[in-house]
Order: sequence, then C-alpha cells, then structure tokens
Amino acid sequence: MKKLTKQMIRIVVALVLFVAVFAIDKVINLGAVWPSPYGWLFPFGLYLVIYLLIGYDVLWKAIRNLVRGQLLDENFLMMVATMGAFALAIYRGVNGQIIEGFDEACAVLLFYQVGEWFQKYATRRSRRSIAQLMAIRPDYANRVNGDNIEQVDPTVVKVDDIILINPGEKVPLDGVVIKGASSIDTKALTGEALPRAVAVNDIVISGCVNLTSQITVKVTKIFYDSTVAKILDLVENAAMKKAKSENFITKFARYYTPTVVVLALILAVVPGVVTGDWATWVYRALSFLVVSCPCALVISIPMSFFVALGTASRHGILIKGSNYLEQLYKANVFVFDKTGTLTKGNFAITRVEPVSRRTEILRLAAIAERDSRHPIAMAIVSAYGQRIPAGYTLTNVAGAGVIARNADTIIYCGNEKLLQQYHIAFTPLNVVGTVSYVAQNGTYVGAIVIQDEIKPETIGVLNDLRQQAISTVMMTGDNENVASSFAEQVGLSSYRASLLPQDKVDAVEELLAAKGKNDVLCFVGDGINDAPVLMRADVGVAMGVVGSDAAIEAADVVLMHDDLRGLLTAKKVAHKTMMIVKENIVFSIGVKLLILVLAALGIANMWLAVFGDVGVAILAILNALRVNLGYYKRRKEGLLNVRLANILNTNEKT
Amino acid sequence: MTKVFKLKDLDCPNCAAKMEQAIGKLPAVNSASVSFMGQKMVIDVNDEQFDVVMQKVVKVCRKIEPDCQILL
Repeated sequence: MKKLTKQMIRIVVALVLFVAVFAIDKVINLGAVWPSPYGWLFPFGLYLVIYLLIGYDVLWKAIRNLVRGQLLDENFLMMVATMGAFALAIYRGVNGQIIEGFDEACAVLLFYQVGEWFQKYATRRSRRSIAQLMAIRPDYANRVNGDNIEQVDPTVVKVDDIILINPGEKVPLDGVVIKGASSIDTKALTGEALPRAVAVNDIVISGCVNLTSQITVKVTKIFYDSTVAKILDLVENAAMKKAKSENFITKFARYYTPTVVVLALILAVVPGVVTGDWATWVYRALSFLVVSCPCALVISIPMSFFVALGTASRHGILIKGSNYLEQLYKANVFVFDKTGTLTKGNFAITRVEPVSRRTEILRLAAIAERDSRHPIAMAIVSAYGQRIPAGYTLTNVAGAGVIARNADTIIYCGNEKLLQQYHIAFTPLNVVGTVSYVAQNGTYVGAIVIQDEIKPETIGVLNDLRQQAISTVMMTGDNENVASSFAEQVGLSSYRASLLPQDKVDAVEELLAAKGKNDVLCFVGDGINDAPVLMRADVGVAMGVVGSDAAIEAADVVLMHDDLRGLLTAKKVAHKTMMIVKENIVFSIGVKLLILVLAALGIANMWLAVFGDVGVAILAILNALRVNLGYYKRRKEGLLNVRLANILNTNEKT
Repeated sequence: MTKVFKLKDLDCPNCAAKMEQAIGKLPAVNSASVSFMGQKMVIDVNDEQFDVVMQKVVKVCRKIEPDCQILL
C-alpha cells in the first residue's frame, strides 16, 4: 500500500513538473533563453532533473541487472531508449540544430512508470478478490476441556473433540451438532444467500458462519482434512495450472523482446550505413525499444484467468485451474449422472405391488437393504419404519441387488436381473421409476416402485445448454424404458441406460473416443461413486459436494451448492474470460505491431510509441478486470426470494 | 517431489515467466510453474537432489529478479 502511494506521489510530482517545463518550453523556447552555443544545456538540465526523479529506480535496476548479465531486461531497454533520445537531442544541440527531443526522453520514462504503477495497482486489486475468499479461514476454535472452554488454534483440535460455536463466529472445523440449533450462513462457500437451519445431528461445515445461537459441535475431521482447508488449498493453487493461452503468451513474450531488439539494431545500423542519415534511423530504432516490453500481454492474460477463478469462487464454483476454464469454454458435450445430479436423489416409494402385501414386501426388502447406503435402500428402510429383524447374512450381487440369508429363509431383493439370474418367475412392471423386486425362498412376492424427484432447475438448465448447441447425455442405471421417458421429459439429447456403476467409466471412454478433435467432454456428477469418471472426463464437475473429499479431489470443477444452474454460471464465466483473453491477445499484439511498423516508417514518433504501449497495457488490464462484472443477477434473485418468503410467512401468521 | 513456495515481492510478470523458464531448464527439475498472480512457485524436483537444486533455484531467481524472495 505504502509503496504504491509513494510511487503515485512521485509520478504526480514528476508529471506536474514535466507539464510545467514542457509548456514553458513551448511558449518561450528554453533553449533560446541564453543565446549561446551551450543554450541547449538549460532545457537539458531541467528535463534531466525530472528524468532522474521519475526514473532513478529504472536506471538502478537496469544497471544492476546488466551486471548480472540480463541484457534483455525491460529496465535496461528503457534506459537505452531514453538515454539514446537524450544523446540524439544533445547531438542536435552541439551541432547547433533546433533544440528538441529532451522532452521525449523524459516523457517515455514518465509514461512507462505510469503503466508500471497501474499494472501493480490492478494486480493488487484483483488479488484482493481472492483474499476476500481467504477470509473464510477460521482463526480459532472454542474447545471444551472439562468445565473450561479454551480458545485454541483450529489445527490443534482433534477428531471427537467438542467445540462451541457462538453466534457470529466461523465454524472452525467440520463436525456434527450435538447440542443447540441455529442457522448457518454458507454464502462464503456456496454463494447461496439463504441461511441454512441446523439442529442436533446435522453436519456443519467449516468456513460457514454461525448466525443466531450457540451450538455445540463434535469435530469429525482435523483441520487439514476439513472442507475449509481443502477449499483454500484448491483456490490458492488454482493459478498454477495454466491455460494454453497463458502458455502461448509466455512463449510469445520469450521471442518478442529479442526479436524487437534485433530489429532495432538492424534499423539503427543498416539504413544509416546506406543513407548516411544516422540520426533519423537511430531515432526510429529507439522508438522500437520503447515497445519492446511485452508486459501488457504477460500481465493481462493471467490476470483475466485469476479474476475469473475468484469470480467463480464467489458464486460457489471452485475451478481448479485456468486450463479448466479454457476447457469449460469449449465444452460442447455434457454428460450427466442421473441420480443426485438431474434428480434430487431423495427417493420415495410411489407404489407397492400388490398393495395387499405392502407391509410384508417392505419388511423383506428392508431386511435385505438395511446396511446399504444407497438412496433407494434408505428409502425402503425409512418406509418400513419398524425395527428390522436381525440375524441375516447379506450378500451383494453387483448391479443386481442383495440376497439375505438365515437358517431357513432366503430373501432376494433387486432388479429384474437378480430374479432372472436365480430363475424366479415374476411379473415385470413397466412403470416410470426404479423397480425393486422381492422374492422369498425362490417365490416372487411383489415389487416396490421408487421414484426420484427431478430437480426444479433441471429442465431449464438443459434447455439453456441445448440453445448453446451443446449435446447433453445422461448416464443411468435405469432400464431403457425409464431412461427414454425421463430423457424426453427433461429434454436430453441422448442417454445411456442400464449402466452399472463400473460401466460408467467405459461409457465415458466410448464417448471420448467417438468425439471429434475439438470437442470437449464435461462430466457432471454428484461425486458419489463417480470419482473415476470425474478424473477421466476432459472436465469433471462435481456438485453439491460440501463434505465429500473424494469428489473435491477428483473433480476439476466443484459446484459447492447443489444447484445445476451453477453449471451455467461457470460456463458464462468461462465464456466471458476467454472472450476477454482473445480480445486482449489480438488487441495488444495488434497495437504493438502497428506501432513497430509506423515507427519503422517514421510515422510514429516516440511520443506515439509510449502512449500506444502504455495505453494498450492499461486498456488490456481494464478489460481483464471486467471479467468479474455482470453475474450478480442470481444473487439478487436469491435475496428477493428471501424477502418474498418472509412476506409470505408473515401473511400466513396473520 | 512437488513443492509449493511462496514468493515475496515478485513485481514483474515478465520476470515470472523468465524465472519459470530458467528454473524449468535446471537439471533434476522435472517441471516448474511460477504464478505471478498467485505469487507462488510449484516445482517438481527429484527427491535426492532437492537441497542442491533448491540452492540453484534461489540463485536463478536472484539473477532474474533480485527483489524477489523465495520463502523457503
């Protein structure tokens, strides 16, 4: 901060002095104040003072880097350009020609410094957007130690320690509420404006803020495994995975400066030898050096990506690298996992067939499914709602179902494949939804139909993607009939049905092999069981994964909030970023080349060169900062919804 | 072994690019990435030569951008 302010004061002082001297020179011609052969010394002296004031650090760095063997250092090139301009002006003065050119040398360095200052200022500003996110890092935890409560660093808290979280405090570590109820602000993590209510047995995630009342939490993960540590780590290192356009610019910069310098040398020497007019050509060569620094490009491209990563994270979208932003922009095949992604994943039993044996069917199914964490199994267990008889040995038949055995009974519970495999006759049900067939001791008992709710935003999001000419593919374990009617209902372009969890990788591999060279495949899943697919896809998007480490690790893009619209936001940020990056590349390189050509032809003088160079840098940087503008619509909508909900609630009460 | 280092006072984006290139060329360095915006460096170095290589890395950085410090 101080450094930048000091620098600014120096620039302003130098600028004021420069304008004053320049204006006086134009009005009364400083070189003619003392008419003598040494009249040029007066303006030279004045400009030299300003030159040293504004450029002493550049000169110092130039000499220091020269000593270290850095010939193509930007400071050194600036020094050569400006000192060369001074030398030419002195040459003129000594030879009694019109006294001019001192102002140019001064102006070049002055505006170069303006450009440098702006670049530093913009860099700091854009870093701040990430720094804001870093503010989610908790500073302390209130650990309960017997009757005492001690404030400790979150890193020393162990699993199963009990901590207190007061209203207004950040949740320091992931854990489970054991006492109290409160609402939690998850905005910093998910971009979601609505606070979430938590009560006993609910999970709380580190990085959120406790809003209303004190809660007691049992810690489930140490700090380094907690969500907040994982996220901070991810965001901090995102800028490391560089995009192709970033690498292109770095490469371009590597050749740009040497090429310009060599051209300048040729321009200074060859035409001079031929025409004998050294002054003109040396001047043109010096103008070349003024634009020899590729800084505008080298800074504006990574800055665009950096700002984009920050913008995305403010919307609850974590992107693990600039390269994924680039990929996301190109992505034109979106593959969706069905359960938990397109649908809510909260299964409900919609039908039991035959109805007369409902309780018995549910009892048998619950025995078989009691240990499974699969949402369908959990729906069955909760629908049964009674104590489940124990003493059964459970065998999992992959992709088919479960078999439960005890001394005198065998229960089969699963899809049609399971019953076919064991040659049990049954009546297939042709309905929308997942059907679990139940059989006992080789005889068919009945079936349970379970359906999953479509997320409210699914249809809109798929429609939006289709309008962007993106093909959407669903992967599901459902059978052909269910899959096709679902695909039609939500508007998917295609689907792959009857896939076992392990088939998903193969299916994605097939799609990857079939796609064209410029197609980019993006897989979207809820992070449960799809880590291998997330890794295999060009871009793996995991959503609603707060608390799921495997998914955060395997995915390239993480949607913290379980809302498909995040995908559209991510795509929008990626699109805007890439547009700005392209604009900056074309614009900056274009202007630089134009200046070089004009300078070589003698049309552009040094003034124009420095204005063009600094101007293009500033414009490119401003353009880069534009990446974070214009996504606030959703957040406003969110707030509006809160207000609407409040109004409705009060109306209901009255 | 991949390690992340914070960089202090890395003020010039072009220097960051030059540093990245120069460090990447050092023997026993498998890959190097310097982020100007992130003020960080990630390098992948063969384990056994780590200390030796790091000394060279520090030297290279000092040569290209003397103001920049690697926080080891």
